[in-house]
Amino acid sequence: MDLHEHQSKALFVKHGIPAPMGEVAHTPEEAEAIAAKINGKVVVKAQVLTGGRGKAGGVKVASSPAEAKEKADSIIGMPIKHLTVHKVLVDPASTIVKEIYLGITNDRKVGKPVMIASSEGGMDIEQVAKENPDAVIREHIDPVYGLQGYQITSVANAMNLPKEHWKAFGQIARGLYACYAANDATLAEINPLIINGDNQLVALDGKMSIDDNALFRHPELAAMRDLTVEAEAEAIAREADISYVKLDGQIGCMVNGAGLAMTTMDMTQLYGADKGIGPANFLDIGGGAKADKVAKALNIILSDPNVKSVLINIFGGITRCDEVARGMIEAYNEVKPVVPIVIRLQGTNAKEGREIIQSANIPTLIAAATLTEAAQKAVAAAEGAL
Amino acid sequence: MSILLNKDSRIIVQGITGREGGFHTQQMIAYGSNVVGGVTPGKGGEWAHGVPVYDTVREAVKQAEANATVIFVPPALAAEAILEALDAKIGLIVCITEGIPVRDMMRVYAKLQQSSSRLVGPNCPGLLTPGIGKMGIMPGYIATPGRVGVVSKSGTLTYEVVNALTEAGMGQSTCVGIGGDPVIGTTFVDVLEMFENDPETEMIAMLGEIGGRAEIDAAEYIAKHMTKPVAAFIAGRSAPPNTRMGHAGAIVDGNEGSAEQKIEALRAAGVRVADNPEQIPALLANK
Repeated sequence: MDLHEHQSKALFVKHGIPAPMGEVAHTPEEAEAIAAKINGKVVVKAQVLTGGRGKAGGVKVASSPAEAKEKADSIIGMPIKHLTVHKVLVDPASTIVKEIYLGITNDRKVGKPVMIASSEGGMDIEQVAKENPDAVIREHIDPVYGLQGYQITSVANAMNLPKEHWKAFGQIARGLYACYAANDATLAEINPLIINGDNQLVALDGKMSIDDNALFRHPELAAMRDLTVEAEAEAIAREADISYVKLDGQIGCMVNGAGLAMTTMDMTQLYGADKGIGPANFLDIGGGAKADKVAKALNIILSDPNVKSVLINIFGGITRCDEVARGMIEAYNEVKPVVPIVIRLQGTNAKEGREIIQSANIPTLIAAATLTEAAQKAVAAAEGAL
Repeated sequence: MSILLNKDSRIIVQGITGREGGFHTQQMIAYGSNVVGGVTPGKGGEWAHGVPVYDTVREAVKQAEANATVIFVPPALAAEAILEALDAKIGLIVCITEGIPVRDMMRVYAKLQQSSSRLVGPNCPGLLTPGIGKMGIMPGYIATPGRVGVVSKSGTLTYEVVNALTEAGMGQSTCVGIGGDPVIGTTFVDVLEMFENDPETEMIAMLGEIGGRAEIDAAEYIAKHMTKPVAAFIAGRSAPPNTRMGHAGAIVDGNEGSAEQKIEALRAAGVRVADNPEQIPALLANK
């Protein structure tokens, strides 16, 4: 789960990292009032969970409260990538003398967090890493013992940070790791960390991502989830413990297991790509595939108007296919879908399952034995050929 | 000899009195696995599914001479369950639990590296050696003894391919689900090395997916060290970049971890890469 800039910076400040402390405005009037309180030059920053805000015109400087209102008015409601801006952060403006990059993420290859630092902050850090890899310093952190002082010293040294800033940098680096660890983050990033006009280090911008698996022990973070970024269908799916991601194709997919769900999507693309047909969604229904869950999943898939056919692919391992088939028919009768549905059951009692589907005698319910056959039939159905 | 699980394995189930743990204990015993006990704190001295329950893994090692454990403990306590097994010097630890915080797993991983134990998982279907037994949740009846080693990041996709192999008359030596989490105990390379050294394995089916670079490492290992034929399938070619697909591991960071990149690396290493998992038996049969 990603946090907004203002949420991330508030957590940074709690861990002793200096950051400009502005406030969040949902309306131009609120932005004006915050700017009046700051009583100086401000920056109005779109709070949206995607990169490239600056380029999209989502970050603007204002010299007066009236101007802050005007800028906020132009930013609130604007689209950035596929998201709409609902709120802005109004921060006191800073003079930037130097920009540094400082971040922590997990390095899965070694199973440890890694601190990444560069004296070439502000610019796209990935670009720096590509063009000048020596300018990006990586320091692995032992997850048991945490970030050590000598590691911070060697990072500061490697990035040629003037010694007068080492003490402040040490406090920020330690604070960032403490914040990362305490919140079960998978990313904590200050970009840029600036040296300002008063020769102080300040976290001008911040990003954090929290491990979804750890949210159970951070109810205060779970409550920060921005529900506006989630499509309605995705929210319904999350509530029902179904993993759903909407895509752009025409074949709705319902599968048990994430790997098999991706494989099923791949198969619709393999046989449909030359006809402009592909998967409409990723959907992992999880274990069991009981009637009520199948009905919920079917409703979620059919809420997408692009869906022209549905491919249900269930591997009955522990759950028997005849049980799954009965659940399917129950769900079908409840939802009454108008688009054709191809069902492919494999595993325990697959033959009995297919017979149950066939004997139900529903013309738009089509049984298939193999994944290849199922994908081809779903493509044909989406084309209107079945 | 099969890999990992063999006739001398004395298996315990951590979380044996839970719903999942209980159900799969029955399934494992029905398949013929040598389950010698279970562990649930506070229930020591009781019996479950015909085997004794112990309070601690240490006790199970002492009383039942356990040397292998399969963990069905809820995510909040699963990392501790692995640490307990490591502390009791259990040689083979299989963790089925899905949803363990990555921070917990990183701490476990640090301890694991200092031990001589082997961890498979977490967030995996476990192991199955046809005719010997299983540790985990793979359905037993789809497998049959034979010469194909199967290694996979996924659950149901593994069952698909094992089932397809069995239907094509190609049995399996051992099937290993390594799991798709960011931090796992056993990698593709580890299992490929075991299969390469296992006289009962003649060829390998490898099932990967987008995210991370484990399949790239596997390609490098195959090119350098493997003499046995490998067929592979990589799931997620149709997935858009930067979308989380249920598995924590299935995150594509830029081009790193894309399906195309992995397929290319595997092909360059001489691996027969399938467009469709149903092609795997045929790809392996064509010598």
